[in-house]
Amino acid sequence: MEPHSVTTEEHFILDQPYYEPVGKEIEIFEAAYHNKLPVLLKGPTGCGKTRFMEYMAWRLKRPLITVSCHDDLTASDLVGRFLVKGGETIWVDGPLARAVRAGGICYLDEIVEARKDTMVVIHPLADDRRALPMEKLGTLLEANDEFCLAISYNPGYQSVLKDLKQSTRQRFVALEFDYPAADLERKIVAKESGVAPEVAEKLVKFAKMTRNLKGSGLEEGASTRLLVHAAKLIASRIEPVVACQSAIAQAITDDAEMLAAVHELSSSLF
Amino acid sequence: MTDPTPLTAAHIEKLLEAWFEVEFTFLHVDEIAASVATLSRDEQNFLLDWIQRVATTHIQIAYQFALRAPNLLAHMERRVIEAWALYAMDAYDRAGISPAVRVIKDVEHFSRLSHERTAGVVFEDVSGVMLNFVHGLSGRRLKLEQDEAIFTDSETLFLPAVIARMQKAEDNFILCKAMVTMMWAQTRFGSFRAHLSELFSGYEDTERALKHFHTLETLRLEACIARELPGLYREMQRLRAELQECLPDTWLPFARELGRPDATVDDSVRLLAEAYAAPTPPDICYQGELRPEVVEARMAARMNREKILLRVKLAQLEQEIKKHRLQESHDKPAQFGLTEKSEAESGLTALELTLDGAPIAPPEDVRQLLSSIQLDLGEIPPEYLVAAGPGEYDPRLYEEKTADPDDVWQGTYHEEGAFLYPEWDYGRQHYRKNWCVMREKDVLPVHDGFRETTLGKYGGLVKHLRKTFEAMRDENRLLKRQVYGDNVDIDALVEALADARDGSEMSDRLFMRMHRTERNIAVMFMVDMSGSTRGWINDAERESLILLSEALETLGDRYAIYGFSGTTRKRCELFRIKRFDEPYNEEVKARISGIRPQEYTRMGFAIRHLTSVLNDVEARTKLLITLSDGKPDDYHDNYRTQYGIEDTRKALQEAQRSGIHPFCITLDEKARDYLPHLYGAVNYTVIDEVSKLPFKVADIYRRLTT
Repeated sequence: MEPHSVTTEEHFILDQPYYEPVGKEIEIFEAAYHNKLPVLLKGPTGCGKTRFMEYMAWRLKRPLITVSCHDDLTASDLVGRFLVKGGETIWVDGPLARAVRAGGICYLDEIVEARKDTMVVIHPLADDRRALPMEKLGTLLEANDEFCLAISYNPGYQSVLKDLKQSTRQRFVALEFDYPAADLERKIVAKESGVAPEVAEKLVKFAKMTRNLKGSGLEEGASTRLLVHAAKLIASRIEPVVACQSAIAQAITDDAEMLAAVHELSSSLF
Repeated sequence: MTDPTPLTAAHIEKLLEAWFEVEFTFLHVDEIAASVATLSRDEQNFLLDWIQRVATTHIQIAYQFALRAPNLLAHMERRVIEAWALYAMDAYDRAGISPAVRVIKDVEHFSRLSHERTAGVVFEDVSGVMLNFVHGLSGRRLKLEQDEAIFTDSETLFLPAVIARMQKAEDNFILCKAMVTMMWAQTRFGSFRAHLSELFSGYEDTERALKHFHTLETLRLEACIARELPGLYREMQRLRAELQECLPDTWLPFARELGRPDATVDDSVRLLAEAYAAPTPPDICYQGELRPEVVEARMAARMNREKILLRVKLAQLEQEIKKHRLQESHDKPAQFGLTEKSEAESGLTALELTLDGAPIAPPEDVRQLLSSIQLDLGEIPPEYLVAAGPGEYDPRLYEEKTADPDDVWQGTYHEEGAFLYPEWDYGRQHYRKNWCVMREKDVLPVHDGFRETTLGKYGGLVKHLRKTFEAMRDENRLLKRQVYGDNVDIDALVEALADARDGSEMSDRLFMRMHRTERNIAVMFMVDMSGSTRGWINDAERESLILLSEALETLGDRYAIYGFSGTTRKRCELFRIKRFDEPYNEEVKARISGIRPQEYTRMGFAIRHLTSVLNDVEARTKLLITLSDGKPDDYHDNYRTQYGIEDTRKALQEAQRSGIHPFCITLDEKARDYLPHLYGAVNYTVIDEVSKLPFKVADIYRRLTT
């Protein structure tokens, strides 16, 4: 693929991303979109939230602007800031402001990671005002009809500090995601990686074992994404046990004892 | 470099005489010394070290150990000898001298001696991995414990201290894994769903019936493992081939029949009638033992409790869900149900909990309960799914007993429900397992206006503390002249432009940014409540705590206060004064006032317990501050010797390793002799005058955290 660069608001997804619906999430998202309601995606990491957003962006034919939130992300990072250029200050829109102007889908991934002041700027966007206050410019940017705000959040982190406030969460239509049921997960792993169905089945079983360990030493079990990684390695003729070790076990934990246990699980299975 | 020449018999004899106190015990050490003298220096060092360590626990055990160990060195790995010695000392801690000597004498049982050196796996080394392994397999959260035999009570898997059947360490590990998996399979594939005792009592020779049934079940479970865990199954086959274990021909038809995917425990029961007459097959290496009476006792206790517990949990779940669905009518009782999920695991249907027909995601504890019940019964009977009514909330029915600490102390079973902590024995250079029996108690609050009196007495200091602590609180500041930031720093920009006009280099530090440091500190105060604090030390401690709490309230740091005291290892007590989640309210103030000197200063358990309490709190910086008046001590015990210091030091090291910063404030003037050894050179302060304590504590805290 030729590398090329486009601005984020021109980033349309042209090829249909592979997505298997688990429930009625596609219908619900569409209905929310047409009613100009913001959407909250809940679920553990690697279960398909981001893929779902890509799929919806393709389906609704809107550009997708994704912001991965981190603990240093401030409101200015979203709205925009003044920069200095040739002795003058010029205003540069942040990704959220650009999405609001262009009528794109703005997806704030792992919103709880961001600083608390970012919530203040998304609140007016998330209710029926649909406007982004640009404090530093002293203006109010009204959202294009096509604009849609989506945020994601992993309720699995059991930290009080990383909980979403009621005033925020009660503005959103919430969609809950979880790892797909075994049959579906098998299908996804096989389709994404090209491994044989038996291999996919064993991988799914292995994932379930690691998910059993959640809470007793593991923060999270193996996600669907990791399964696909392991399956891809297996498809490139890496031994299954080795693939599980590098793509899954090492990815979910650093604890030597836990690594050994996960290794024993995979070597029992294959 | 150590001297490579071996020690002479005379030299060794002298050492042994001292360790065994032969003056009083009249033990004969000349033979031992002679046999040790023939070994190389390295081997001598190893053995003598262990003999000395064991001797600090009990001389008889050490003597018995010394009699046997020199001859074993040729056959056993050192690791196994160590495990053997430690296991004997554990047996002594647990049950006294005679079981311990039995362990020593029964070395053949402990590790099958072969002519070649065996490389066994030691329970201590593998239990962590095995526990995670078995949790990863599905089903009930099983526990792992050490015992003489290999068996399960359906909740705990018991394994011996050493597994050394095979030659190679890897194979012994696999054997251990196979044993664990076999026992897991018994719980997972319903071996205990049949009424075993009843079944066997129908046969003339119950032992034989049990044995044959066990083999039948092993055959059935092997087939299950072959389907579920083919990788492990291959290894299990290999082990059996290596040990040349094969099934007698008469048993092959049973194996075939029980190998069908739909075979259940009922098939084993049915086939037993036939198999009872067949010749008794040899044991399979990973088979272990079947102890139906232990399992049945466990199950009887568990099943009723889980039934009512599930129903109570469902009632809570129902209420919670109803809160969210306000629009629905309240009067109609909710109907819980179960639907089978499309994915069926072999032998166990995957179930989904429903409420009024709609699927709901149950919380983890409910999920665990459901699967535990399903494992016991093979299904979940409908009466289990009726949410408990108002009259059924009696917690005695489902809670595992949590009795009042004081009642328990008086009873015989005073270890029931207590926390057990290990203690470091420096003579042994190893932990004594489950050594300290610890309980949390509440301090009796005393409402006597102590806080007001204290605040009045230290009026000036309080004002000063408030001011300094308030200053610490506000740490948000605007950082100017940054390379990157939210706003343009106009001053910097003007300057830079002027510089540019001037021809000098233009700075790129043109932005300003809000810097927020969120103070994220949790601090645990561990207060000495030993008898020696009686009088003004106690008053000073209480006053300090009041002043400190006032200061911390201004600052907003999270803090907890616990007092510690104890009499012997069997009665260690921690007194809750303020928990982390408690506000600083009247009750807490009254509890501070109610702190009274108790007994002795055993410290290890307190540090270990408070470390685990502190580690449950999420904070960037965690402090454990001890307020003490002397060194570790206990009643009629060697805790007041080096033993206590070393145990305390070990506990502090454990705390440090888990990310906690320990610090000690002491009133003991001799503390400089031992505190650097415990806390490190800088992590303590000695206050030489009791009356200064209230003035100092808050100040020390301020210095520590800025």
